[in-house]
Amino acid sequence: MSVGTGSSQSVYPVSPGEETIREAILAVIVDNEPGVLARVVGLISARGYNIESLTVAETDVEKHRSRITIVTRGTPSKVEQIKAQLGRLVPVRRVIDVTAETDALERELALVKIVGKGEQRVEAMRLSGIFRARAVDTTHTSFVFEVTGAREKINAFIDLMRPLGLIEVARTGVLSIRRGPESD
Amino acid sequence: MTAPTARPKAAAPETAAAAATKAGAELLLDALEEQGVEVIFGYPGGAVLPIYDALYARDTIRHVLVRHEQGAVHAAEGYARSTGKPGVVLVTSGPGATNAVTGLADALLDSIPVVCITGQVARKLIGTDAFQECDTIGITRACTKHNYLVPSAERLSSIVHEAFHVATNGRPGPVLIDIPKDVQFEEAVYVARERAAKRDCVARPPVDRAKIAQAVEMMRRARRPVLYTGGGVVNAGRIACDALRVLARDTGFPVTSTLMGLGAFPASDPKWLGMLGMHGSVEANNAMHDCDLMIAVGARFDDRVTGRLDAFSPDSRKIHIDIDPSSINKNVPVDLAIVGDAGEVMAALLAEWRARAKEDPLDDGRLALWRAQIDEWRAKRCFAYEPSRKVIKPQHAIERLYALTRGRDVYVTTEVGQHQMWAAQFFHFDEPNRWMTSGGLGTMGYGLPAAIGVQAAHPGALVIDIAGDASVQMTLQEMATAVQHRLPIKVFILNNEYLGMVRQWQELLHGGRYSHSYSASLPDFVKLAEAYGAVGLRATTPDELDAKIMEMIACDRPVLFDCVVSKEENVFPMIPSGAAHNEMLLGAVAGDKVSAEGRTLV
Ligand SMILES: Cc1cc2nc3c(=O)[nH]c(=O)nc-3n(C[C@H](O)[C@H](O)[C@H](O)COP(=O)(O)OP(=O)(O)OC[C@H]3O[C@@H](n4cnc5c(N)ncnc54)[C@H](O)[C@@H]3O)c2cc1C
Ligand SMILES: Cc1ncc(C[n+]2csc(CCOP(=O)(O)OP(=O)(O)O)c2C)c(N)n1
Ligand SMILES: [Mg+2]
Repeated sequence: MSVGTGSSQSVYPVSPGEETIREAILAVIVDNEPGVLARVVGLISARGYNIESLTVAETDVEKHRSRITIVTRGTPSKVEQIKAQLGRLVPVRRVIDVTAETDALERELALVKIVGKGEQRVEAMRLSGIFRARAVDTTHTSFVFEVTGAREKINAFIDLMRPLGLIEVARTGVLSIRRGPESD
Repeated sequence: MTAPTARPKAAAPETAAAAATKAGAELLLDALEEQGVEVIFGYPGGAVLPIYDALYARDTIRHVLVRHEQGAVHAAEGYARSTGKPGVVLVTSGPGATNAVTGLADALLDSIPVVCITGQVARKLIGTDAFQECDTIGITRACTKHNYLVPSAERLSSIVHEAFHVATNGRPGPVLIDIPKDVQFEEAVYVARERAAKRDCVARPPVDRAKIAQAVEMMRRARRPVLYTGGGVVNAGRIACDALRVLARDTGFPVTSTLMGLGAFPASDPKWLGMLGMHGSVEANNAMHDCDLMIAVGARFDDRVTGRLDAFSPDSRKIHIDIDPSSINKNVPVDLAIVGDAGEVMAALLAEWRARAKEDPLDDGRLALWRAQIDEWRAKRCFAYEPSRKVIKPQHAIERLYALTRGRDVYVTTEVGQHQMWAAQFFHFDEPNRWMTSGGLGTMGYGLPAAIGVQAAHPGALVIDIAGDASVQMTLQEMATAVQHRLPIKVFILNNEYLGMVRQWQELLHGGRYSHSYSASLPDFVKLAEAYGAVGLRATTPDELDAKIMEMIACDRPVLFDCVVSKEENVFPMIPSGAAHNEMLLGAVAGDKVSAEGRTLV
């Protein structure tokens, strides 16, 4: 009888440790009831996963539905596990793995405060134009820029602003929606 | 997921009579009655007094007064596991709710349907550190399948109906309903079960035909197949257990089961391999290790079962049938996943198997080598132990208990420890719902109150808690419950004067340093029984064992049986933590058998 520990016949990788970590954006459609956010967040944190960003708001007032968008990281099998676990929650209606869909739109909004004078101020203003950021508050020594876009764009904007007197950033976290006529 | 439903609203009154309002406490009892609840296990307190007041006037629902709220939940679990119906618990706010937490966590890990009703301080007091206030919803969020804080009497009956639906559908589990005291007084209209909106938790797609065909294709090609069944088959009910029996008969596949699934397949069947896992049989574990096709049904690849994951059944293809998508690929990646009810999926497999059998007959000798191999493993008689004429061996005690209770209407519960494993190895079950044990959480103190719940559901049956001297002391006060409610449970204590399972691990993993695992200052269990108004019996030698067991069986009152057994017996076989299935320990061994990594595992 074979008692070999030879290679598995399984079509899946045998040791999940070898999988690479990926980022996952999950949109979770929930009944908007008390405690639902705590359930969703608690489930993810109880399993030791970090939430990199989180947004939540009611999106269908009539049906009392909210959309929670979560950015997290994990191996593909862990991401699958989180999705399945989220699906078990009673108020959760759907879990959409936005990163697995090629046609998803992703947006984030950031408010960026710059304090500076002279050349730096001019340069900040010039760069904000390139990024289509709007100055929503202006004083003689400061700007607050509003910038929207995919996370990479916002990250790039923040990186460029840093040497120009950036002192504070507020970000909304990621929102996402499917492109085209289909809905989730 | 169900079709989207709007937030449930109170039913529109159709007639003047239907519009009659009632206090929340009455609405709760109406809803419980409509759900067919016969018995509640509970303990009163300030925050549930209106409910107890309403209960006073009703004789439709029995109330069993426990002596600690943990006992109420375990009793409800015993009731549920032995009947297939949800168990119901009623406790007060604050300490009542926190005492129930262990039971809820136990029910969650073992997938037992329980509805737990807790009182809460009045709505306007919530968050003010009011008397006996605690954040019950927050505390129990992680140890219930779902929980509700009832916002108004208007919503109460719908919530109760949804709670029963959630507790019993899909993968069963405990659900908690927290009812503020003022809601219990508030008047509202009752919402009938069928009118209440009920949400599901996981989608339950119809059985996937293509996957059934694929599975049967794999089954027909298998030469070393094994059916690995678990608690999910018991959860799926009688129909699933029958489907499993026929499937095994028609395919000739051998069957093993987890601790939680014992009884789903008859232990008297020649295809039965015994339990698998850490303290399972050699034939079951070797079959799992060497098989070429594993069919997991309602089992969750627990670490007690798989042992070292990277050496778990390395050469097999695996099919996993489970109602909960999150069970699939959680610990062990599988080749074919079929999400669905164990009964439905096995029935579909059977139909497909039979349909194909007509077209191209199987070569019958296909499994001959495999059978011969299994018989060879079986011949090792891995559960054999050194008999003794002087002292009662714990294994012998269970063997006698089994032999002397055969043919009776027997239900067995257990505590947690060595005695639990010996019970699993030496007490055999031919029917499901006869074996109640705490598998996932491993809660010492489960067995006695669980036996009370079982006995409440089956008054005429012989209900035995196979107990340990340490575990039984965790919920011993429930003896008073048994006496008060005339529930003649038999608590059969394998008294080894040790926290035996801990002692065994210390012997095998920690160089025999028995740090705090001696059961010092044990009470005299016979006198203790008498103090409770129950019957105490003791057996100290093999010669008197049978007569004493017969005396226990004949007794129509609760019994504490002090079975004094050999002290340093170990449970074998044993797969040490971190070892593979084919690295079982069979007998006396030294302390270096466990890898350093294994020692960090539990
Ligand atoms: C001291 C001690 C020692 C132990 N030693 C062992 C041991 O040697 N061997 C052993 O096996 N266990 C042992 N256990 C128990 C172990 O810890 C686990 O509790 C047990 O193995 C889990 O059993 P299971 O896989 O059947 O899962 P369960 O916990 O019973 O889970 C049931 C599974 O079935 C699914 N399910 C539920 N309903 C349905 C349905 N209707 N249709 C389909 N699927 C469904 C669920 O989603 C879940 O995945 C031990 C426990 C203790 C305390
Ligand atoms: C509530 C709880 N605390 C601690 C443990 C750890 N534990 C597992 S078995 C065991 C000893 C049980 O002793 P006993 O009931 O006498 O049974 P034996 O093993 O001797 O048969 C302990 C302490 C547990 N499972 N549950
Ligand atoms: Mg003991």
